[in-house]
Amino acid sequence: MPFIPHTELEIQDMLAAIGVKHLDTLFEEIPKELRCDELTEIAPGLTEMAVTRLMQQRAGQDPIDLCFIGAGAYEHHIPAAVWQIATRGEFYSAYTPYQAEASQGTLQVIYEYQSMMTQLMAMDVSNASLYDGASALGEAILMAVRANRQSKKPRILMPRSVHPHYRRAATALVEAQGIEIIEIPFDPQRGAIDPASLAQYAGQDITALVIPQPNFFGVLEDVDTLTDWAHKQGALVIAQVNPLTTAVLQPPGAWGKAGGVDIACGEGQPLGVPLAGGGPYYGFMCCRQEHVRQMPGRIAGRTVDLEGRTGFTLTLQPREQHIRRAKATSNICTNQGLAVTASTIYMAMLGAEGLARVAAASHQQTQALRDRLTAISGVKAVFKANNFHEIVLQLPKPVAPILARLTDHGVQGGFDLSLDYPELGNSLLICVTETKTNADLDHYAAALQQILSDSKRTAS
Amino acid sequence: MSQSSQHNINPLQTSTQLIFERSQSGRQAWAQAPNEASVMAAEDSSNPALARRPALADLPPHFLRRVSLAMPEVSELDVVRHYTRLSQRNFSVDTHFYPLGSCTMKYNPRACNSLAMQPAFLARHPLAPASRSQGMLSCVYDLQEILRVVTGMAGVSLTPMAGAQGEYAGMAMIRAYHRTRGDLARTEVLVPDAAHGTNPATAAMCGFQVKEIPTGPDGDVDLVALQAAVGPQTAGIMLTNPSTLGIFERNIAEIARIVHKAGGLLYYDGANLNAILGKVRPGDMGFDVVHMNLHKTFSTPHGGGGPGAGPVGVSERLLPFLPTPFVIREGETYRYVTEKERPQSIGRLSAFNGNMGVLLRAYIYARMLGREGMVRVADYATLNANYMLKKLQEAGFDAAYPQRRATHEFSLTLKRNNQETGVRALDFAKRLLDFGYHAPTVYFPLMVPECLLIEPTETESKATLDGFIAAMIAIAKESREDIAHLQAAPYTQPVRRLDEVRAVKELNVRWNPAN
Repeated sequence: MPFIPHTELEIQDMLAAIGVKHLDTLFEEIPKELRCDELTEIAPGLTEMAVTRLMQQRAGQDPIDLCFIGAGAYEHHIPAAVWQIATRGEFYSAYTPYQAEASQGTLQVIYEYQSMMTQLMAMDVSNASLYDGASALGEAILMAVRANRQSKKPRILMPRSVHPHYRRAATALVEAQGIEIIEIPFDPQRGAIDPASLAQYAGQDITALVIPQPNFFGVLEDVDTLTDWAHKQGALVIAQVNPLTTAVLQPPGAWGKAGGVDIACGEGQPLGVPLAGGGPYYGFMCCRQEHVRQMPGRIAGRTVDLEGRTGFTLTLQPREQHIRRAKATSNICTNQGLAVTASTIYMAMLGAEGLARVAAASHQQTQALRDRLTAISGVKAVFKANNFHEIVLQLPKPVAPILARLTDHGVQGGFDLSLDYPELGNSLLICVTETKTNADLDHYAAALQQILSDSKRTAS
Repeated sequence: MSQSSQHNINPLQTSTQLIFERSQSGRQAWAQAPNEASVMAAEDSSNPALARRPALADLPPHFLRRVSLAMPEVSELDVVRHYTRLSQRNFSVDTHFYPLGSCTMKYNPRACNSLAMQPAFLARHPLAPASRSQGMLSCVYDLQEILRVVTGMAGVSLTPMAGAQGEYAGMAMIRAYHRTRGDLARTEVLVPDAAHGTNPATAAMCGFQVKEIPTGPDGDVDLVALQAAVGPQTAGIMLTNPSTLGIFERNIAEIARIVHKAGGLLYYDGANLNAILGKVRPGDMGFDVVHMNLHKTFSTPHGGGGPGAGPVGVSERLLPFLPTPFVIREGETYRYVTEKERPQSIGRLSAFNGNMGVLLRAYIYARMLGREGMVRVADYATLNANYMLKKLQEAGFDAAYPQRRATHEFSLTLKRNNQETGVRALDFAKRLLDFGYHAPTVYFPLMVPECLLIEPTETESKATLDGFIAAMIAIAKESREDIAHLQAAPYTQPVRRLDEVRAVKELNVRWNPAN
């Protein structure tokens, strides 16, 4: 019996000890009329060898293309050691460190992770992670509503330059609590929030302003001006950032003239977590010290034991659902522990210089691809603005068929913006990371050139 | 040298140095730093963040990082050794029996990990075209089908990223259902007092008022109280069955009748699905929506506290509200359903497609179990729990509900032990660590005084259970003979009992470079 160690003799001994003859007697409290028949729709079990063959076939049936899609998930090189260590059984098969004395490894990893994230974000405190970047933004909004006690009516300014999936997920997670999400347009020339468009909210009761950096288009927002404007209105600032980029870009804790943002959150995936079709990733969240009791999720703290030795434990648990139940800061229970363990190892391995190099190289290669593609007739950059690591290009034809053709060349050419941003026409969001060589960029450019000139020929 | 430090000649036990404290300025894991054409001189040589890099020359300086970044400066070996050693300061299923009640800490088959981590799966971008993702999508579709059958529901969405998010999705669907029908008066959700804390927290997040329903003396929901509580304000009830007390709710059909008659819906918390896999299905019990914890029942790793996955299954009437995305099959091809095709959906709960890597592991596990293996999970989880309960009762421990059959877990109450010797459930928990066993869940459910909630799972052998039972007996003996020694446990762990009050009062949640 797969994964069940019992021998026939042991089963009989155990049944005798309990005082029943048949295993099924143990289910006698389930009303008979509710019992189900054999689940014939489910196939019989497979051996490990058979399931290996099945899964190798499934994994092998799709080619691995050159990927130039970013849009919230980024392909970076992950050192071999990262997941080899993270999947050691002692990390992999442990649970939430409720028994701190027997979980010092997990707890110290979380403490180190929190330390690294507060360094990257230049913020006071970090939690142990949330589910992903989008749900972290939802949790950040709920937290801002709790933390901004001056605000009487929960209203959040949400720029249209925030990832459309994030906006939708955040809305789905907060709407039941009567929170109003107000969309802020972007400047069509620059692809960034137009500070002038905020003027109409001056003097109003605004709970928080969300500022993405870089924004969904890869455009750099004028974060200092926006942060100062929000604070002047009595609004909190929620930064939604790619954590890797803060190795070289000004971090949220240093935005504006006075003390930075209130909450920083985002997707932790770029820090050592594979693309893996969408997860598991993790959401990170940092905040100012004064808001720590409003923060959702687990937090590890440093303390001492009976003999005065340093040790680590979960702390501030009275915020959480298992204590406060309906009055908890969130219903969140687990975090994304294993992904955070991998990320901690990744950050330790790369260090400040390594992270800065990954970010800089990604940016450099993005600009290099931009130069190659905009040299093709009819392809141009959409926004006149500084971008980082991603950029929006306009194509002379509808994007979807071109992307489909690019896959024939082994290229996944980017994210088609025309569904989420019809106002941008035939626009494509592309991303390059340090994993792409100049030859890869040449290959993409040649493929696009060929597809566009073929289609011109067909048209004429 | 103090007496205590003499115990600790093992470097694994004394090493609490942080990775930051291993730093040497200028050290680097060079194989991992991408080459970059000459980095210009740093304005502050101790701070690489301040370096002017040619690659960033197009960016105005005000966008660039101008504050220090103190990260570890260590070699690759330093990193590998540090985190390998930290891993050894943990209990885990792979190293220890871990009977944490309500968490289903069963063996996580290694094949599930290695097959889910094939490079072709890891390299797949979540927004890659469906035409290039058929292998992965077919696995996910097949898993949806398996979970649909096993729960007896009409449809499944895998997107919730944890049990608590599955709960949220479920309650949001119940809310959407009532609102779509214009029934805005249903603002109240019923939750039994034995429920997990996530249940009332979730109901509150969905904007509902929570009303607690008491448990009767036999452990079943108090039907009289339930009948009195339901009405036109009732949106639904959240139930775990078997309940968190480790017993099967025998009146479930009657509960379903009462709640449905009042116009409410039934939400099934799948925390304890392991107990009934292939025996009885939530859909057949009358539930309208169910979430599953794949990290429990389907053996995906708990990972030190996640990632989990919390798929939801729904009955026919809730189908239009399922969260997106989920996979549909058209002939021989698979694709994600678009939000446009599902106008009544509660929407998306994550940036992408849920915790795909977890879903793959669950799928592989489900395929290895097959239909016959699923029933065995319930059979042997239940056999193990009942065996332990019986043996512990014979040894003088009190079951919280002695008149009831245990399911896959059971609750003991140490109330009498506490009255006799002053021993607490916490003392048992800490002392068990010295015997090499992770503690059961303690002080939950809240209504059982000095509660130990014990869940052995089906993957543990009789010999392991017997060892745990012997440890419990030894600790009970110690509580009568040397309570002071017991109350100061553990003794064999990397640290002794920790000062949790200080952890809150002198909050220290990050390394500070200034110290």
